[in-house]
Amino acid sequence: MEVGKVKRVAGPLVQAVGLKSSMYDLVLVGEEGLMSEVIGISGNKHIIQVYEDTGGVRPGEPVKETGAPLVAQLGPGILTQIYDGIQRPLPKLAEMSGDFISRGLFVDGIDHKKKWEFKPVVKKGDVVKPGQAIGEVQEQLLIKHKIMVPPKMKGGAIKEIYSGNFNVDETVAVLEDGSKITMVQKWPVRQARPVAEKLAPTIPLRTGQRVVDGFFSLAKGGTAAIPGGFGTGKTVMQQTLSKWADVDIVIYVGCGERGNEMADLLHEFPELQDPRTGRPLMERSIVYANTSNMPVAAREASIYTGMTTAEYYRDMGYDCLMTADSTSRWAEAMREMGSRLEEMPGEEGYPAYLGARLADFYERAGRAEVLNGGQGSVSIVGAVSPAGGDFTEPVTQNTLRMVKVFWALDSKLTQRRHFPSINWLDSYSLYDQTLEPWFVENVSPDWNKNKRRAMAILQENAELEEIVMLVGSDALPEDQQITLEVARMIINFWLAQSAFHPVDTFAPYKKQFDLLAAILKFRDYAFEAVQKGIPVAAITSVPSKDALAKVRLEAEYEPILAKVMAQMDSEFKALK
Amino acid sequence: MTKEYKTITEISGPLIFVEKTEPVGYNELVEIRTGGELKRGQVLDTSDEIVVIQVFEGTGGLSKESAVSFTGDVIKMPLSPGIVGRVLSGSGRPRDGGPEIVPEVLRDIAGAAINPASREKPRAFIQTGISTIDGTNTLVRGQKLPIFSGAGLPHNDVALQIARQAKALGEAESFAVIFCAMGITNEEAQHFLADFERTGALERAVVFLNLADDPAVERILTPRLGLTTAEYLAFDLDMHVLIIYTDMTNYCESLRQMGAAREEVPGRRGYPGYMYTDLAIQYERAGIIRGKKGSITQFPILTMPGDDITHPIPDLSGYITEGQIIISRELHRKGIYPPVDIRPSLSRLMNSGIGKGHTREDHRAVSDQLYAYYAEGNDLRGLAAIVGKEALSERDKLVLEFADKFEKRFVNQGRDEDRSIFDTLQIGWDLLADLPEAMLTRIDDKYIKAYHPKYAASAAKK
Repeated sequence: MEVGKVKRVAGPLVQAVGLKSSMYDLVLVGEEGLMSEVIGISGNKHIIQVYEDTGGVRPGEPVKETGAPLVAQLGPGILTQIYDGIQRPLPKLAEMSGDFISRGLFVDGIDHKKKWEFKPVVKKGDVVKPGQAIGEVQEQLLIKHKIMVPPKMKGGAIKEIYSGNFNVDETVAVLEDGSKITMVQKWPVRQARPVAEKLAPTIPLRTGQRVVDGFFSLAKGGTAAIPGGFGTGKTVMQQTLSKWADVDIVIYVGCGERGNEMADLLHEFPELQDPRTGRPLMERSIVYANTSNMPVAAREASIYTGMTTAEYYRDMGYDCLMTADSTSRWAEAMREMGSRLEEMPGEEGYPAYLGARLADFYERAGRAEVLNGGQGSVSIVGAVSPAGGDFTEPVTQNTLRMVKVFWALDSKLTQRRHFPSINWLDSYSLYDQTLEPWFVENVSPDWNKNKRRAMAILQENAELEEIVMLVGSDALPEDQQITLEVARMIINFWLAQSAFHPVDTFAPYKKQFDLLAAILKFRDYAFEAVQKGIPVAAITSVPSKDALAKVRLEAEYEPILAKVMAQMDSEFKALK
Repeated sequence: MTKEYKTITEISGPLIFVEKTEPVGYNELVEIRTGGELKRGQVLDTSDEIVVIQVFEGTGGLSKESAVSFTGDVIKMPLSPGIVGRVLSGSGRPRDGGPEIVPEVLRDIAGAAINPASREKPRAFIQTGISTIDGTNTLVRGQKLPIFSGAGLPHNDVALQIARQAKALGEAESFAVIFCAMGITNEEAQHFLADFERTGALERAVVFLNLADDPAVERILTPRLGLTTAEYLAFDLDMHVLIIYTDMTNYCESLRQMGAAREEVPGRRGYPGYMYTDLAIQYERAGIIRGKKGSITQFPILTMPGDDITHPIPDLSGYITEGQIIISRELHRKGIYPPVDIRPSLSRLMNSGIGKGHTREDHRAVSDQLYAYYAEGNDLRGLAAIVGKEALSERDKLVLEFADKFEKRFVNQGRDEDRSIFDTLQIGWDLLADLPEAMLTRIDDKYIKAYHPKYAASAAKK
């Protein structure tokens, strides 16, 4: 191991001499061995960013090389973990240093002593390819962890393969060229893991949120952005998605987040039940928590560490959802590091490579045929928190160029306590067309038609509201007054959804569709009645309309909805 | 005896540059002696050739002859239980004529990050006695809730009222208050101290005063000292601590000044690129640790330059803190105190601190309903201004009246009026009772039956 010397310390940046390390190699700085990464080489000097506080580090202290870049340890035991940005388990850190995180602690990302039962799925003599599964470990009750040939290994015929209990460092198989396979892979976090082929996004990612699934749906392997100034309900939205999305693995990267919010999440997550299996949600989750006051360099790394674990589970054929909260804090970390490096700043002080870095990150998402032969996906929901709610700022703009779905969270809706506060006029999903065949086949041929009808009503409503602001609603023609009422129903009965109500928090596709169809049915009745000259006040005060509002709160909604619709039918018939 | 260096090569603003030293640690505490005076500073940049030091008490009086010695340690705060009741300077020296603090422990003021896995979720309701906070933007123990205000608004009165009245429901125990003044005027400081003395709060307070004419660099130290003290009181002495610091805007100005002196590449509006991280390090020192009795609740006050909420200081603060209380100039002009505009105000931790077992089961619903009609009523004011009140529908007129009454009865209250949460909810219900029951769409029927004044009388009889 080469040893260099610290030359200069200024905040999280250290210059050192006497090193042979390559770019992005991990080095250990100072007597305490602080984890750090080489981020620049200039003349005989290495420029190093330190993942921990550098207070007290002096020139002349040693810098040790590790000869490898920052890697994630991938193997059984990742699930249920709560990590910091560089894959150190936080509960372990608490055991070692108490309630406050001290420096120079080195902990493995997974337990290297724990024995796992390895069951081979190939036999001696079988020829295996890189990425192919050779065995399985029951990592959690419902999650099988596939042990795969590392992608960088050549593959070939199996010379030896064992069965039984092993820790992750023990050899479970030997290939004919002598390479040994263990249950742990070390993968550089800044490098995307290879797949056989990226696939088109033709399957929706179900979230149970009406405004998302019904209006602005995300595809499996797709990318979405949630922008929003502070106080727009972004975090609640992301947490709701983590709870309800129909994916196998949830990776939550709290990047520069609030400590109390992380505490809330860490407190709540283990108690959450998976709605599909009744098991704790934590059993299929990985949390990275790098709060805003933890070192900035680790914040920068956390996004990559999270992504690498997501890709690893995709390689096994799982659907993964990675939520990054927030990519703006990540970009801020880049800006901060760039400014310390005295790089020439680009727009608003962000480094010129901001766009490229964001693109690299979002491109790592996708549904894919994996090397193992199956299919898996990594979907990303990235939060951006634009400064002052200004969507023209560089992080938001660069993100919007990359992502296909945009859920425009709106603080005006939050102020009215309308949740999820996704603005139905400004949001969009570019998966609309590619997902239509799936909805036609699996829910209803009218899925997109009803969606378009509802959106048209909301669009007209927005235009009418401007007129109402000037002349008041009574001055509008009667059919337009009905449109206003129907829009109000779509907004309050359908788009609004309570994350805290046990039933309303999740709506299956069928229920979403039926409720919207019922509202549209009301519109048809109402227009018919207006044609017959029935006054608007009489139409809008039919009791079944109010009854319809409560249907969404019922789990067994179908008989109730049928009753309400029958009531509506007779009430409209009775109107004179 | 530590070595003294007389090798200052440059003095520039608050910085001094020293060469030919032994290896010096980053962030190390430095003592500079000049003509019998002792100043303190901190290492910002260290290398074999040159060491850059920021001097907290200002570089006035320093020359190339001044002697610099490095203590070999980072800055530490002397702490003991006797610190409660003291008035200290912005750099932690006695300002009340009392003796130096005799330390029981010395704590690094940089403050390590609380391990997120060791944090306890904050959920204990704090009653401030102010309806707009308790009712609609509830504060919980361990939260950091800043007051965003503007020049000339009564944010200090609001902060003082909170410090005076804050209590946990059903517990007699009151809060220890840490007050950090950064760059406020002598007059404002007097106002705070007089109030502390009047109410006897000083006995359970620690005051750090950096006034407008004290060195700006010292301001960088002040919140760190306050928070280090807070952590000691909360996690060593099991106290519930409320820390008020005013004015964060002055603190950020100091950061900018230091950045400029160091010739750093400036970020937005000239503030340093690391301001977000720097603010986060202060704000994140709030919270509760699992298994510890104490807690730290923060009330930073910041005045938004030009009332602009998109200015980097409120903007970055808003991303770190758990909500914000917004003081409105418009309400202040209408003569309403406290002029809290609830619409843009928010408490992110409200949900965990209200409802059954905390306040009352109908709290969330009442709050949502009040919010909804106040927001709608405000929108209608614009419409009424154009078409006249008469042109509004009956429903709209009711909502408009509701908004006016809401400001006069719910928002408005006396500077010494300490409303219980139940009083606050009662006022809310009284206001809502003026609307037809069918309009209470956000409130569950069972709460209407239990708490609506129309039913409450008969419910009470049963």
